[in-house]
Amino acid sequence: MHFSETINTGFFFLAPWLVFAPVIGLLVNIILGGWFLKRSWGETAVGTVASLASGAAFVVSALLAYSVYANGGHGESVFLAQWMHIGDLQLNWTFRVDSLSTTMMLVVSGVGTLIHIYAIGYMHEDVRFKKDEKRYQRFFVFLNLFIAAMMILVSGDSYLMLFVGWEGVGLCSFLLIGFWYDMDTLGRSSWANSNAAKKAFITNRIGDFGFLIAGFLMFWAFKSFDFNTVFEAAESAPPELILLITLFMLVGVAGKSAQIPLYVWLPDAMAGPTPVSALIHAATMVTAGVYLVSRSAPLYTLVPEAQYVVAMTGAATALFAATIAVGQYDIKKVLAYSTISQLGFMVAAVGMGAYVAGMFHLVTHAFFKALLFLSAGSIILGLERGHHHLAHHGGGHGDHHEEVFDPGDMRNMGGLRKTMPVTFWLYLTGTLALAGIFPFAGFWSKDEILADAFREGYTGVYWLLTLAAFFTAFYMGRQIWMVFFGEPRHEAAAHAEESKPIITVPLMVLALLSIVGGALNLPGLHTFTEWLEHTLEVHAGEFVMSVALISTALALAAIVISWLIYGRNPLKAGQPDPLKKPLGLVFTGMENKWFVDEGYKAVILDNYVRISKFLADVIDWRFWHDWFHEKVIAGTYNWLSNVALNKYADQRGIDAFANGLGEWTKEASASLRRVQNGFVRSYALSVLLGVVLILGYLLLK
Amino acid sequence: MVPEIYYLVLSAILFTMGALGVLARRNALIIFMSVELMLNAANLAFVSFANTYQQLDGQIIVFFVIAVAAAEVAVGLALIVAIFKSKHSIDVDQMSSLKG
Repeated sequence: MHFSETINTGFFFLAPWLVFAPVIGLLVNIILGGWFLKRSWGETAVGTVASLASGAAFVVSALLAYSVYANGGHGESVFLAQWMHIGDLQLNWTFRVDSLSTTMMLVVSGVGTLIHIYAIGYMHEDVRFKKDEKRYQRFFVFLNLFIAAMMILVSGDSYLMLFVGWEGVGLCSFLLIGFWYDMDTLGRSSWANSNAAKKAFITNRIGDFGFLIAGFLMFWAFKSFDFNTVFEAAESAPPELILLITLFMLVGVAGKSAQIPLYVWLPDAMAGPTPVSALIHAATMVTAGVYLVSRSAPLYTLVPEAQYVVAMTGAATALFAATIAVGQYDIKKVLAYSTISQLGFMVAAVGMGAYVAGMFHLVTHAFFKALLFLSAGSIILGLERGHHHLAHHGGGHGDHHEEVFDPGDMRNMGGLRKTMPVTFWLYLTGTLALAGIFPFAGFWSKDEILADAFREGYTGVYWLLTLAAFFTAFYMGRQIWMVFFGEPRHEAAAHAEESKPIITVPLMVLALLSIVGGALNLPGLHTFTEWLEHTLEVHAGEFVMSVALISTALALAAIVISWLIYGRNPLKAGQPDPLKKPLGLVFTGMENKWFVDEGYKAVILDNYVRISKFLADVIDWRFWHDWFHEKVIAGTYNWLSNVALNKYADQRGIDAFANGLGEWTKEASASLRRVQNGFVRSYALSVLLGVVLILGYLLLK
Repeated sequence: MVPEIYYLVLSAILFTMGALGVLARRNALIIFMSVELMLNAANLAFVSFANTYQQLDGQIIVFFVIAVAAAEVAVGLALIVAIFKSKHSIDVDQMSSLKG
């Protein structure tokens, strides 16, 4: 009876626990974490609490998804609290539970929980390699805070609640990129990691500025931030206004989802621990922009111009980042540029109006990119272990401590297939999924984007993305050959050790999802399309065989080419990249990220610093401080107090009066003193005169 | 009968002489005697008025004055003796300081 009632009303009332569960987890870890860590089981306890909190959010997400399903696909809004009511502004904390938001919730909490579990093992070793075991607790607090903020983002019922989460995840991203804030990625004392964190934060502020402008415009025009109100009002609003709103929103998307021109922070964000790179900078937070565009679909549909701009931005980013990934040596940097490229795919998809394809790729990408990053983390730990093994048991290699060893540099790897077999197979799964090989998840989702681009007539976008897909397969092939095949190019790689099950088991789950994830939206079945149809106006697109064949053929060709270059003749230690010679300057460009950072520095940063210096030195110091404050205000004040008040009013007025009174009294008493001469006869004379005066007065009156 | 004004004139003359004596002389004893002269000039004025108006008030005050003058002489002479003992002089101009 009670159960059937619950079935009817659904589990919507549980929605606030999406946020409360991780918040409780982080509070427990803040309060008890330090106490836990003093015990031998402390790290497990801290990690378990955090994982359970994230897992609880996953359970709630699953129940909510079920409720939406049981409700016939229709969403609900769950009111939690009144935030503020000021004039026209009516802000409530309301959870929007529909098929789109529950999809995001499931990805965030599902992948998030797996990464929490992975992090228990990863951080156990990381804090020891970095020699600060107390930060273990802080890591999980931040991780739970991130889950909470991300849940606020995806469950918000208005643009402002979304923005709260948007900023929250930005903060967590900043905190976690700068997690090892006092060192660089190699553990040397430096501010490199904090600088990376600041770069991410500031670049995101530029994007958020755009988002804020979009929000202001929205409120100015529609007097509301609520999704429903805005979407309804937008239909009768002038298209120029909607165009402005959507384009400013695109700036925010470019910041958070690392699109041209604001993508530069994401590669640097790899300074954070690998679970962070996987969770925040690959699987969830960076997809917030894609979610935002999907959520704002009713706005974007009204202005095809904006859609075109979004699609081109995404497609250009996809290709541009893919070319840079080819020239990178750091295993995480390759994945970072790959993430930017894949986000480009998603943004292009949602820009074309192919929301289902974009969201589908978002989900599958979360699986396989998290898998790749976490496997990369496992590889890095394996090399660290090998390096430490050498340092402790090396005997003849006494100088190993002096050598700076980069465990993330692919030129130090090679042959890891034998030493880390489990990680190899996991990584291979992720690679095949990312490269879009049939029947892995990436094949289906990427193909759907390409098919939509082809069908909707976005020819430019289609070719850009196809080319990007070719590069994707190529750089992933390059990575596989460089990392796992050939001979070890460093002794650490030769002595690398496989990771423990706490690290590999979550990876296996992700690998499984990367294999079967495509089943979400198989051509002909369109499960995912039907699911999202309840929230978005989308239609199932048909499978285009020619597109699938071309992209698969290109991917296979790219892998074969990468084998010809990197697999057939494995790289030797110290040998430059074989592509360097034939490509020449082009490869130098890829290697150096097309000098975008340097360009930004020359064009924007240096001028910015110059303007700042001018403002600080000339305007603020010399004009404002030296002239206005010192001369005008302080000078006038000094003159006023010194000359006018002190010299004239005080000294010549008040002092003169008081001193004059004293002087007069002194002089008067000096003359009176002469009367008191001590001669009795003069006193007698005074008495006589006094009597004469009084009597005279009395008589003559 | 001698008219009343004669007494008053005599009284004024005596008083003036006494006052001049107090102001002009430096010998403490002489000053003392001049004060007595002034007191008695006042006494003379009192009794003449008492006689004129036939009232006893003036005469009674005169008795008081004579009694007070006697007491004053006792104290004053004692002071003069004490001063003479320490200064070997009774010149009032030499007693311009309060210090002994």
